[in-house]
Amino acid sequence: MTKSNRKTVNAGFVLFFLPVFLWLFLLVVLPHLELLRLSFSGSGRAGDTGFTLKNYAAFFKEPIYWLTFVRTAMYSILVTFLVIAIALPVAFYITKLARVKTVGFLMVMLMVPFWVSELIRVYGWIILLRESGVLNKLFVSLGLFKEPIELLYNDATMIMGLVYTSMLFMIVPVIGVMEDLDDSLIEAAYDLGAGRLAIWRTIIIPHCMPGIVSGGIIVFMLVLGSYLTPNLMGGKNSLWFTEQIYNQIILYFNWNQGAAFGFLLLVLSSLIIWVLLKLTRQSLKEVVK
Amino acid sequence: MIRSLQNPKPYTNAFKAFIIAYFVFLFAPLVVTMVLAFNDSMFPSLPWKGFTLDWFFGNGPEKYGIFNDATNLRSIGVSFRVAVAVMVLSTILGTCAAFLFEHENFRFKNALYFLMIAPLVIPGVILGISILMFANTIGLAIENLFGVYVKFLGPGFWLVVLGQSSFISTIVALVVIARLRKFDRTLEEAAYNLGANRFQVLWFITLRYLRPAIIGGAAMAFLMSFENFNTTIFLTGSQATLPINLYLQVRDGSTPVINAISFLLIVGTSIIAVFNLSKGNKAVP
Repeated sequence: MTKSNRKTVNAGFVLFFLPVFLWLFLLVVLPHLELLRLSFSGSGRAGDTGFTLKNYAAFFKEPIYWLTFVRTAMYSILVTFLVIAIALPVAFYITKLARVKTVGFLMVMLMVPFWVSELIRVYGWIILLRESGVLNKLFVSLGLFKEPIELLYNDATMIMGLVYTSMLFMIVPVIGVMEDLDDSLIEAAYDLGAGRLAIWRTIIIPHCMPGIVSGGIIVFMLVLGSYLTPNLMGGKNSLWFTEQIYNQIILYFNWNQGAAFGFLLLVLSSLIIWVLLKLTRQSLKEVVK
Repeated sequence: MIRSLQNPKPYTNAFKAFIIAYFVFLFAPLVVTMVLAFNDSMFPSLPWKGFTLDWFFGNGPEKYGIFNDATNLRSIGVSFRVAVAVMVLSTILGTCAAFLFEHENFRFKNALYFLMIAPLVIPGVILGISILMFANTIGLAIENLFGVYVKFLGPGFWLVVLGQSSFISTIVALVVIARLRKFDRTLEEAAYNLGANRFQVLWFITLRYLRPAIIGGAAMAFLMSFENFNTTIFLTGSQATLPINLYLQVRDGSTPVINAISFLLIVGTSIIAVFNLSKGNKAVP
């Protein structure tokens, strides 16, 4: 390579490197360092500055904070497992059972609803389920209900809403890995007398594990960080941890407390994702492909 | 069990029933929302009181349709401008990143790649607050040092654009990388041998080849920006984007105008989504 050629190569490298570097440092790295710094500083009011642990102390002292945190984590794990339980048979039907001609159509039907804004999907559930909603009107007029029942604003409905809004992120990666599953493996197991459960347990699920893990990470992260669904479908007692962050920052204007909560949520999500990757021996790089 | 094996009737039927139930579950809220946009009633609920287009075109005194609803129209305009800006910025950043990680080699490449995919596993709420806080600190520092107030570092249009681009660029990058991997680099060598310079090769060969992925990534970026709530809520100023404006209305009681907006959005996004799927792009937002 001649000298002048080398120079143009470097110019090309800088052209690609500089914008990416600026993006990642100005919009990802530095903001999170600032979040960490603020979470360890006082509010600045009335001489309250400098390094402090009180924002984190407040989290452990007030049961409402850490209880919300634990509940949010537990419910996010529950939702992730429910989503796996729904996604596996749906993906199985589409890849292994549906008529080949209909597969493309089914895929489009699966995906289109998820392009619609989360807010509109939640709104749809609200007008279906609320006391004056469509289902209540329908059931009362059919005589199934004596009087309208409030179906919204409880944990079960909120969980259903979270499952609904995050399902696709499990179904698509699972379909991806299930397509590669060789049918003859299932046939062979069947010929050798394996039952359906055994086939699922020893062939299908192990084969789908990479897809389940990548879907699980995305679903868990989305559910943990969701705000609209718990806020609009959950009841007074279904507080989500993102709502605590919102309250601190927007309502109480206590940014330092909000930063501490934000950082705790970040640590929790990174930790659980890390454990999942370690348990299944995968790397983040493969998972987000 | 699978197509090639004999399945007992009850098994196939049970599976079919499950799939039908799944699709009903999937579409029920959307279909109900869309249908009730045409109900001649003050509330988005049953009973059906007849067909009307008032929630689209109505101009008072009782019903103000979406096309006469200044607040909602303005927020649609804001969302549209944000989405176009995010689309342009994140398409540029994502495409640069794709080239950087696929065609260049440098120290700390893996670390930088890890940083690039990190926004996908950081909850959007946290991206929003950390960018808000960082911009605020920078703004304060500039004000203290130079005595000038930098408007775009405060909550508002540009902060929303930057905040959304911080993770949407990653998605565009992954879409473009997927196609760039299949690119045959001997085509570039051939162009070099025929006397093209680096930028001609980039423009006439590589970018031409990547065009479907770039267009698909851009469409994805537009839609994701248009519907984003979690990051935007912390970065928006006095001009609310559509999801935030709708959220406030849904929270504080709703009229079928929201159904009319939803109808338009569902139809609009479906068209973009089907168009994008038919181009063979990966469909996950």
